[in-house]
Amino acid sequence: MDVLRDDGLQPWAEKKVAPQLRISNVVKTFDGFTAVDDVSLDIYRGEFFSLLGGSGCGKTTLLRMLAGFEFPDRGAITVDGLDLLKLQPYERPLNMMFQNYALFPHMTVAKNIAFGLRNEGLGPDEVEKRVKKSLELVQLSTFSERKPNQLSGGQRQRVALARALIKRPSVLLLDEPLSALDKKLREATQFELINIQKQVGVTFIMVTHDQDEAMAMSTRIAVMDKGRVVQVGEPREIYEYPRSRFVATFIGSINLLEGPVIDFGADGSRVECAQWGGPVQVAQDLAALASHHVAIGVRPEKIRLARADDSAFAADNIAEGVVKEIAYLGDSMLYRVQLPGGLLVKVAAQNLGVWFAADEPVRIGFDASAGVAIDK
Amino acid sequence: MNAAQSRFLLLAMSLLAIFFLYAPIVSIVIYSFNESQLVTVWSRFSTKWYAALLHDDQILRATRISLEVALLSATGATVLGTFAGYVLSRFGRFPGRTLFSGIVMAPLVMPEIIMGISMLLLFVALEAAIGWPPRDIQTIVMAHITFATAFVAVVVQSRLAEIDVSIEEAAADLGARPLQVFFLVTLPLIAPALVSGFLLAFSLSLDDLVITSFVSGPSSTTLPVVIFSKVRLGLNPEINALGTLIILFVGVIATLATFRTVFADWRGRRKVDAPA
Repeated sequence: MDVLRDDGLQPWAEKKVAPQLRISNVVKTFDGFTAVDDVSLDIYRGEFFSLLGGSGCGKTTLLRMLAGFEFPDRGAITVDGLDLLKLQPYERPLNMMFQNYALFPHMTVAKNIAFGLRNEGLGPDEVEKRVKKSLELVQLSTFSERKPNQLSGGQRQRVALARALIKRPSVLLLDEPLSALDKKLREATQFELINIQKQVGVTFIMVTHDQDEAMAMSTRIAVMDKGRVVQVGEPREIYEYPRSRFVATFIGSINLLEGPVIDFGADGSRVECAQWGGPVQVAQDLAALASHHVAIGVRPEKIRLARADDSAFAADNIAEGVVKEIAYLGDSMLYRVQLPGGLLVKVAAQNLGVWFAADEPVRIGFDASAGVAIDK
Repeated sequence: MNAAQSRFLLLAMSLLAIFFLYAPIVSIVIYSFNESQLVTVWSRFSTKWYAALLHDDQILRATRISLEVALLSATGATVLGTFAGYVLSRFGRFPGRTLFSGIVMAPLVMPEIIMGISMLLLFVALEAAIGWPPRDIQTIVMAHITFATAFVAVVVQSRLAEIDVSIEEAAADLGARPLQVFFLVTLPLIAPALVSGFLLAFSLSLDDLVITSFVSGPSSTTLPVVIFSKVRLGLNPEINALGTLIILFVGVIATLATFRTVFADWRGRRKVDAPA
């Protein structure tokens, strides 16, 4: 999942350097509705940080507070030790790339990009040089005299990026930067954005509702729900070890097997799960959750599927069931297998040429290391 | 009803509507070239009423005053109306917004005669109290600005509503101070609305009779007031000639404006179609 981020940058884990951007206990309400509820985040220099959540989760409000278009009711926001809340949007060392790009329709591409340099006190030669360089960065050199309405969606997106980067901000804010592009272009642009970010070395903070986008591009993700940050972590951490049911179900697809913890220890624990038809083994030590009612989350791609008479099939947890639904996705198959207790288990199988038919009795199984306990 | 019948019906209705709208105008133009003193009896072709018009000092003076008033009041209304429209669409829900909006828009629904009387009373009271304003061009311009501002505000506000606020936010984000945002980004984007607002205010002022007749003084009669008083003494073919000239003037301006829009559209499309 995180192959794109192979730079080994993990200052949040090492805690040797101070964070560049600190959001501390920020609260924002609109007419009694709490849009952002006591959010604290530390973001480090050079990160590609994503705020991920559904609509109305407060992610955009948080981004707009960083840009200065909204002011929090309580809390503090600092960048490189500078108190942002004392500054108006035009005084802040951050720039923003807007969701619909917000290009100036009456200006050419070159003028759009040069706009941020207007108050920098640069000579015309220097301005021209910087505009030229940034046009090269986004590969739009031949389009400098066009107006925004003469560009395609992808070109507009790159003009918006160049315009937002021209002032060399210490942090770039991106509001759903890819949402206006079609699927193919979106995938190509993900790589391009990451490359540009590495080239310019600016901290990126992106708001998105698209979990694939967040997973592919981010160094870290903050998952938000109802104005709160519910989990912060690297993409792999968030996917493999969701800390709440919300995160587990919001990111990707997951099966939840519920029951009380009946046994625990350093070499694994067991959860009594009636739906599964017996105890489920997990590799984690659930001492802290002893006798709690928990859910064991298992991703569909970690569950294996075999014929009912396959005696060689082995896994730490095995159950028998019947295939109820089949979805053919091309690269993989998605099965829903019904267990005797009624539970429908989602199983994703790579397309290796082995087919299971509807109503076929099957055995499903997963290893203890595949399950993760979630108590919230 | 089949297709041919409905097409015929549509055509007939359109012709009828066009005839209804334009027959009076055409008859004014035709009778302006009538030699006879009687407005309704055609004798023979002549341009003598145009010559008479050129020597009618009262009408020439009134025309000059009307144009002056229209220019001044359209300018004033455009400035004030732009501010009002901007405040209404960009300042959010400030306290007193509903009241402000009501006050700005009131002239749109207020009967002209009420506005005329109330302004006359105000001006009279003011003059008694501080000796100003004298009832001349100044009072007319003030009265016209008062009602034309509402129209400009509506036009500007609806244009601003179409413009994405994030364009202005982007300008602020890139370091532009509020005044710079307004003059570098907002103003160029609403310029077409300012032009149409100005033209609207200009024509409303040029056309106004009721309010003007209340607030004007003896030394400052506008064209509609003069025409109206002349017509009351009996229709004069000179008025037909004047009407024809006004129609010509308006027609030329409207045609030019249309050509400009069509040409801009065509140019814009050609550029977009050009290969990358």
